Amino acid sequence: MDTIIEIQHLSKSFGANEVLKDINFSVQKGEVVCIIGSSGSGKSTLLRCINLLERPSGGQIIYKGENILDDKHDVYKYRQKLGMVFQQFNLFNNHNVLSNCMVGQIKLLKRSKAEAEEVALQYLRVVGMEQFIHAKPRQLSGGQKQRVAIARALSMNPDVMLFDEPTSALDPEMVGEVLKVMKQLAESGLTMLVVTHEMGFAKEVADRVVFMDQGVIAEEGPPEQIFNHPLQERTREFLKRVLNA
Amino acid sequence: MSLDWIVRIVSEYWPMFLRGAGVTLLISIIGTLFGSLIGLVIGVIRTVPMPGRGLKRILLKVVNGVLASYIEFFRGTPMIVQAMVIFYGTAMAFGIHMERLPAAIFIVSINTGAYMAEIVRGGIISVDKGQFEAAQAIGMNHLQTMLNVVLPQAIRNILPATGNEFVINIKDTSVLNVISVTELYFQTKSVAGNNFRYFEAFFVACIIYFIMTFTVTRILRYFERKLDGPESYTLNQMQVATPEDMLRLTQQG
Repeated sequence: MDTIIEIQHLSKSFGANEVLKDINFSVQKGEVVCIIGSSGSGKSTLLRCINLLERPSGGQIIYKGENILDDKHDVYKYRQKLGMVFQQFNLFNNHNVLSNCMVGQIKLLKRSKAEAEEVALQYLRVVGMEQFIHAKPRQLSGGQKQRVAIARALSMNPDVMLFDEPTSALDPEMVGEVLKVMKQLAESGLTMLVVTHEMGFAKEVADRVVFMDQGVIAEEGPPEQIFNHPLQERTREFLKRVLNA
Repeated sequence: MSLDWIVRIVSEYWPMFLRGAGVTLLISIIGTLFGSLIGLVIGVIRTVPMPGRGLKRILLKVVNGVLASYIEFFRGTPMIVQAMVIFYGTAMAFGIHMERLPAAIFIVSINTGAYMAEIVRGGIISVDKGQFEAAQAIGMNHLQTMLNVVLPQAIRNILPATGNEFVINIKDTSVLNVISVTELYFQTKSVAGNNFRYFEAFFVACIIYFIMTFTVTRILRYFERKLDGPESYTLNQMQVATPEDMLRLTQQG
């Protein structure tokens, strides 16, 4: 399999607070990796470091053989290749649903309006939001917003999709519709890196699960190993806390 | 009797009042427009994230310093004094005799620009941080983020404050009579002087100023409401399901 992103010795500090310590891991093409761990373990920061919303303090991020932390590397081109889905959706409030999915394609990928619209509609259909193309974000429910956010990211035809706790800000009855879409995407062979608290989703969909604790990767392996026979004591404790809650 | 005089002044001098009001409106409209443009450009520059190191950081610091002094200086001195300094100063220093009307527009523009720069910066900061992050995450640079995502939202947020500036400009252009611009106050002064009827002439000016500011406020309020659009999607949803749309969807599917 091809490695898409490889992270070597990545660290991140906010002042004296060391949030990530010597992180090493990689994502292969077509793989679904779920990152789990308690709040404050650094999993969201790791995701934000990968697309440089946070500047890592040290280490390397290798994308297609190039270290993107190099000063001369084009950060903006690199980010176009990573689709990001936020916990708070962050749809562009001044654009309607369709145009949310088109603006990046037109302005950054230089696609024609007709082509951009076709691509946008294609992905809005995938997430089941094609009936709402003229709606403004504030007219949608949380689950609908998040599905549009997924379509917006997909419209850029990214190499990897990054999900930062995509269901954590949703009402319980809306979690299902978003997870269903994500599951569908995973089955279609999309490369996905998902920070999540949804253990059921991780267990069922992930090819590999990464457990983070206090800024380090404490354990990683197939979901079968992590959920049924964890090797580390702290993985076992975390899962006991979460699953019995 | 005052009322007779008011009627007489209006019927006799209405072209002068009208021309004065026209010049006042012209100066304040163009001044507010240019001022807002200056404000937008400065606001965008002042919100560029500071690079960690290197030449760009030094350059940005210098530019920010210059812009900050511009804002502080023009906010910190009265426009009436700026008008005198700029109008007579350019004549003395460079031997340029500015035309009075362009000079007036220039003064109002840079004065408004100083206020608008801070208003725009506030408007940009008030836009949710997630909007910046989403735009960056999709691959936009600072300018693209501003043009496509942040400024449209910031402009909506600062519309009331901009309207305020416009109204202030309509009133404050009256100080430009010190450089003999033939705006409403200057014209009124001539009318009053010609007839030795100060109360009556300025009462008429007062009404005209109020009509102008009140109309402007109403028009801006209308635009705000129009920009906001409907709160719910029920109405639009029916529009989505028009036969044309369905046809288009099925053809592409």
